[in-house]
Amino acid sequence: MGKFMDFEKIERRARTGARVRNTIVYALLALWALVVLFPFYWMILTSLKSYSAYNAEYIPQLFTLSPTLQNYMEAFTAVPLAQYFINTLIFTIITTAVMMVVTVLAAYAFARLDFPGRNIAFVIFLSLMMIPNELVIITNFVTITNLDLRNTFLGLILPSVTSVFYIYLLKENFAQVPDELYYAAKVDATSDMKYLWKVMIPICRPTIVTIAILKVIECWNSYVWPRLITDDQSYFLVSNGIQEIRENGFGRENVPAMMAAVVAISIPLIVLFLIFHKKIMAGVARGGTKG
Amino acid sequence: MDNRSMKGWLYLLPAILFLGFFMVYPLIDVFIYSFEEGYNSASQTYYGVGAYNYAYVLHDPYFLQAVKNTFILVAITVPLSTGLALLISLGLSSIEKLRNLFQTVYFLPYVTNTLAVGLVFMILFKKTPYTDGLINLVLGWFRVSPIDFIDGPYWAKMLVLCTYTVWVVMPFKILVLTSALASVNDTYYKAARVDGTTRSRIFFRITLPLISPTVFYLIITGFIGAFKAYSDAVALFGTNLNAAEMNTIVGYVYDMLYGDSGGYPSFASAAAIILFVIVLTITCINLLVSRKHVHY
Amino acid sequence: MKIVLEHLTKRFPGRGKNAPDVIAVNDFTFEIPDGKLVGLLGPSGCGKSTVLNLISGLHKVSDGKVYFDGEDVTKLPAEHRGVGIVFQNYALYPHLTVEKNIMFPMENFKGDKRLSKQEMQSRALEAAKLVQIDALMDRKPAELSGGQQQRVAIARALVKRPRVLLMDEPLSNLDARLRLQTREEIRRIQRETKITTVFVTHDQEEAMSISDMIVVMKDGVLQQIGKPQQVYDSPANLFVAKFLGTPPINVFHGRICGGMLYAGQDAILTAKGVPDQEVYAAVRPEGFILDEQGPLRCMLQGVEVMGRDVSVVAGHPALESTQLRAIIPSTSRVDDEAEAVRFSIVPEKTLLFAKDTELRIDAQLA
Repeated sequence: MGKFMDFEKIERRARTGARVRNTIVYALLALWALVVLFPFYWMILTSLKSYSAYNAEYIPQLFTLSPTLQNYMEAFTAVPLAQYFINTLIFTIITTAVMMVVTVLAAYAFARLDFPGRNIAFVIFLSLMMIPNELVIITNFVTITNLDLRNTFLGLILPSVTSVFYIYLLKENFAQVPDELYYAAKVDATSDMKYLWKVMIPICRPTIVTIAILKVIECWNSYVWPRLITDDQSYFLVSNGIQEIRENGFGRENVPAMMAAVVAISIPLIVLFLIFHKKIMAGVARGGTKG
Repeated sequence: MDNRSMKGWLYLLPAILFLGFFMVYPLIDVFIYSFEEGYNSASQTYYGVGAYNYAYVLHDPYFLQAVKNTFILVAITVPLSTGLALLISLGLSSIEKLRNLFQTVYFLPYVTNTLAVGLVFMILFKKTPYTDGLINLVLGWFRVSPIDFIDGPYWAKMLVLCTYTVWVVMPFKILVLTSALASVNDTYYKAARVDGTTRSRIFFRITLPLISPTVFYLIITGFIGAFKAYSDAVALFGTNLNAAEMNTIVGYVYDMLYGDSGGYPSFASAAAIILFVIVLTITCINLLVSRKHVHY
Repeated sequence: MKIVLEHLTKRFPGRGKNAPDVIAVNDFTFEIPDGKLVGLLGPSGCGKSTVLNLISGLHKVSDGKVYFDGEDVTKLPAEHRGVGIVFQNYALYPHLTVEKNIMFPMENFKGDKRLSKQEMQSRALEAAKLVQIDALMDRKPAELSGGQQQRVAIARALVKRPRVLLMDEPLSNLDARLRLQTREEIRRIQRETKITTVFVTHDQEEAMSISDMIVVMKDGVLQQIGKPQQVYDSPANLFVAKFLGTPPINVFHGRICGGMLYAGQDAILTAKGVPDQEVYAAVRPEGFILDEQGPLRCMLQGVEVMGRDVSVVAGHPALESTQLRAIIPSTSRVDDEAEAVRFSIVPEKTLLFAKDTELRIDAQLA
């Protein structure tokens, strides 16, 4: 009996403990959310402050009462930001499109077609996943330079197309489509190309969309290769553009205009993320890594 | 070859061409470069074969600085970000309200441009004649005198680099850990609860062993990723990283290839291969350790 | 230990906005005597696992009280209740050996209950011997068969000497043969330890065969409590009658008129002590006797010979379901070519239920 005499105390202690723990957890999570969001807030805030107002602040102000869009005008006129945008858009769309074609065909071959050497080829493909980009980029740089493709879209795009991981991801998904569908289609004299286009791709559309979005993010943020291969501003992508703005800028250290440019190049991906955040997060959780 | 196997290879052809030309061939070539002494990229000639490139790189003070920086960065950010991500994921999985909102917010840095947000970090930390910057303002509340984090002392620059790197890698780690935690069967916790297991014991004896494969996966990919750090440093300190004493091994490779001191693919290759060997060694050690500690 | 549940109610908030609460357990009152093996029985989703979780404290009670030996433990957290649970999927920690799994609960003991390593090991071995897995102490759960995992889970639940042992569908993950064997094993362990045990099952045969007492539930509402045979023989209502027994009881739309019980047009038995009314007349499969003069005339649909018994499948216009199933000894001959078959009915195997309330009506049948 005595064992349970003090159970009211136990019960009260457990309840208080749970409440305290909950408060601490939420405080911690809110703190990290602040750490994550603050840079975004700061760049938007700064981009809305006028040049003179910003430079007059010895103590940074956490809000502004006289927001201005002047900096955005400046960002798009004083530096060729629009050009960077168009370049990045072209680069992203073509690279992603070509990659999707290559990836879908290869994944289909590995998942559905039966031919001698398939398994060994797949193992070789998988082992290519371990090769770091830093090793191969040197020769690619020399190759593209020798082919006289510096400062061209072709030179930007070609080495950025391949992605072994996405082939692997899509192959796994293709392999889940039941064999019976294929046999049924074969009996009806469907060609492989038609089967791929009419059956496989519609069934696996979620994965294909995820891969495309991840590739778009990767392209939009790519910096290293474009930096190596372009030195003509008219071929710069947004990352290089930002770096250029940072180093040579607006003729003077114009932080608000810089921030306006930063906001402008961040917005497309953030919008994409807000629309597709479930897909993107699920795709990354399945084993993507940054860039 | 019959028609059917032709078709298979035909579907693979584009991938093989791209991978062969931009991955397999360069992989072989980089080893060749690294042993060709005095390669001239303009005339494509060299005058000897040997390990001179390696010797040069290993004696280059810029390279040694880059190695030092990279190792410090790895040693600080990998444990810190993994631990922090584990803490946050545990917090996330213990709540219900607002959980999805927090998760989405936490993932935001993953989709942002490293260069662009790096610029914001620079502004936040930078001390100029006109302003001490926001971070110094906050530090001032704790009676810390203003520090120039971007052009100041080495440790201050390293601190900013580590901070930004952690900020950038956290989304991936939180996401992967949260899904690992969510996949732990709830009845383990119920069973532990009716046995009166304390929270810390549940974590160390049940949760951690059950998610240990994921934790090791994150540590391994974290090491690999941190060894390849580059963009974050450029974003904070500009392209001339050698001058800022903030270069990384990858940065050294690119600088050797192209840039202010560029035009030496042989040195770049040697440095890249040294990096590759370091990463490979560390990954193998990681795998050996994980085999000992991942129980099932 | 005696467990008393008093007006126990559990509501879960409904999913979606403005959705009504889901009542999983509704006004549950019963008493579990000390040292008995009690089966909580009901179709899936009837709230029986919720009752178990309310006893263990894993779920919070919405209304009502739970008493352990007269003490109100309603709000006591699970870890302080001293219960042992065997989970449906066993919840064995995959990274720990059998021995470590069994020792796990004891490692949580605090204060003067703390045990030395030797004591823990000897108690773990004792528990392992009880469930006969002492030879497997160094294996990991993945290296055990389902039945062995089940035993480890029981040993782990018992090793801390709980005041009550709770089992959630303990046999559902085992194959048919192992299930028979394991349920005897549970009965034996319970007899040896004399620990009050509550187990949840949807399998009425399982519950009837080993329980001292069964509790039948439906939609969160208690239907009947009693000894298995007693519940089988005198079910409180039509649901309980239908739920217990395989093959299930055969239900006719019946009528009492002038002291006779009619199934459709057939006057099957005399009924005394009840006013004339519409009823359900339910006859257990073993309540049919093949009789050429019998009052119940059915359309023969098939005969299934099952060794010891013969099962006669037939139709009747007054049946509530599409066919009836009678079990008769294999010595009796049935002409499976015949179109019709006639039965006389055993009064002791026949139950009457009111048409509106579906409650059982006491009547003298003959």
